[in-house]
Amino acid sequence: MREITLSQAVNEAIAEEMRRDPTVFLLGEDVAEAGTPFKVLSGLVEEFGTDRVIDTPIAEPGFMGIAVGAAMTGARPIVDLMFGDFIFLIMDQLCNQAAKIHYMSGGKLNVPLVLRTNMGATRRSAAQHSQSLQALVAHIPGLKVAMPSSAYEAKGLMKTAIRDNNPVVIFEDKLMYQDKAPVPEEEYLIPFGEAHIKREGKDISLIATSSMVQVAEKAAAILAKEGIEAEVIDPRTIVPLDEATLIESVKKTSRAIVIDEGHQSYGITSEIASRLNEKAFYHLDAPVLRMGAMDVPVPFSPALEDITVPTPERVADEARKLCSGELIHAA
Amino acid sequence: MAKAKTNTEDYLRMYRQMMRIRTFEDNANQLYLSAKMPGLTHMYSGEEAVAVGICEALTDDDRITSTHRGHGHCVAKGANFKEMFCELLGKEEGYCRGKGGSMHIADQSHGNLGANAIVGGSMGIATGSALRAKLLGQDDVTVCFFGDGATAQGLLYEVMNMAALWNLPVIYACENNGYSEYTKTEEIAAGSITARAEAFRIEAFQVDGQDVLAVNELSQKLVARCRKGEGPFFVELMTYRYHGHHVGDINREYYRSKDEEKDWKDNRDPIIRFRSFLVSEGIATEDEIEAMNAEIEKDAAEAVAYAEAAKYPDVSEVDMHVYAD
Repeated sequence: MREITLSQAVNEAIAEEMRRDPTVFLLGEDVAEAGTPFKVLSGLVEEFGTDRVIDTPIAEPGFMGIAVGAAMTGARPIVDLMFGDFIFLIMDQLCNQAAKIHYMSGGKLNVPLVLRTNMGATRRSAAQHSQSLQALVAHIPGLKVAMPSSAYEAKGLMKTAIRDNNPVVIFEDKLMYQDKAPVPEEEYLIPFGEAHIKREGKDISLIATSSMVQVAEKAAAILAKEGIEAEVIDPRTIVPLDEATLIESVKKTSRAIVIDEGHQSYGITSEIASRLNEKAFYHLDAPVLRMGAMDVPVPFSPALEDITVPTPERVADEARKLCSGELIHAA
Repeated sequence: MAKAKTNTEDYLRMYRQMMRIRTFEDNANQLYLSAKMPGLTHMYSGEEAVAVGICEALTDDDRITSTHRGHGHCVAKGANFKEMFCELLGKEEGYCRGKGGSMHIADQSHGNLGANAIVGGSMGIATGSALRAKLLGQDDVTVCFFGDGATAQGLLYEVMNMAALWNLPVIYACENNGYSEYTKTEEIAAGSITARAEAFRIEAFQVDGQDVLAVNELSQKLVARCRKGEGPFFVELMTYRYHGHHVGDINREYYRSKDEEKDWKDNRDPIIRFRSFLVSEGIATEDEIEAMNAEIEKDAAEAVAYAEAAKYPDVSEVDMHVYAD
């Protein structure tokens, strides 16, 4: 199978959906000729023109609100938010408007829009361009949240998101844009709410999102050499969450670590760990561990930044402790 | 008064719609005062000529976005009393199945994209609706209603900039009722309100919001120009709210005097003014107007009684409509 980058996969997904549906359009800062700073959208304006690939002023609440209104009245906007950190600027339009309009109208109005943005630290971009804010939006009923872990997921999830009749937020890890993965030539979609078991194992479940899937896979490779068979699961969408697959895995392995690049406290890892405790308690041989980013603003200095996020070695260390029983009486 | 229309039917419909708004609000206020309505509501009484003058220039395909003070826009855009009162009382047959209430009434069938409880919250939505029209080659116009208080929100300036850059068919209708909640507008708005739009080279107008024909005449011109791609436009409508910020804001002499309220009600009331005009022009007699008023009151009383007796939504509906299929 051919291999393409995550960036190309996103670009292909959007182009295919724009060809299929004339109501789909893009808007955001520097999306047209610039193709975004990450060059993810390069070439789209040449094919679809500036009517459908719209450069906006630097006015995130404004263009987010405009997307909501366009979506409510029959178009399917894809909003490009240059950095995930800028979500704080658009909170009212995303969380008070887009997320609630279908419900508040008793089901009469729909808001079919996609907000594509990014996440991920270790790019030396400091505290306002490095955050992973998925927990913030996952907390709000009415929003769906997808977190692709490779080019394959990025394409399939994007196409599903564009066809969904709800506001969907897609977080792409900005360090993965140049990562290649096998992506079929023929069309495919990845349904929301279906986790993917990336690697099977019987000793411990490593449940990881986005770039943390790679971290978990590398940790599993380290553990395999020591005779520990880790199962790696990618939920792919955190809203909706495929609880059943996660629970089944934990029932088999009796141990789990949940890994996500958002801050650990009150985060995605906390939510998933809590559900596993509630629904697989009697199958657990050890507490479910959370591994998120440290609860500090992302520091600039490489010496500091690198220790704020989970690494394969640290995941493997924690997994080893869980499997040896060391953590059972840790408290 | 300005003479925009010569059609008797149009004049009578405008009167009727203004009277329906006033009657709706009187009943809603009574529901609040008699503790029959959950929560609070914001009365549109006094501002009827604004909603009616504008909405009478629109078709059902044209869209509006409304505000927390939204009953007037909803009625003027064609909504029925029954579904509106049901919504105010949280009943299943309400426009939003009781999930929205007073501050979120939306009436998709008449192009009302909904009231909004965030001040200025719908400015993006209205502008986006206009962008959709342009993008998909549809010729409808969107009117964005908001108050003077909302001119303090940054979102307005972001979306007016884009609307002007892209020549969108949207009309920003600023209902200046003199008060930003419990504060005089002059204390929260520096400089001129229309100049804010003019800075984006948006043509801006100021009109007497108590004169339904003046509002309608201007609206018709601007809607027609929007359809030809000459938008956006901005209109500041000088008006007054008779009640407080909301129905519970009763003792309000700390921010405005009873004399001032009396002056607007006695001397500038949009319904009294238009009624005198209809009679003096021989369009309707006093008896005919009284008969119309009585019919509207009866209609409202029946709708209130219907809503009071109507069912609440089944509890199984609580998690319905979180996501669309």
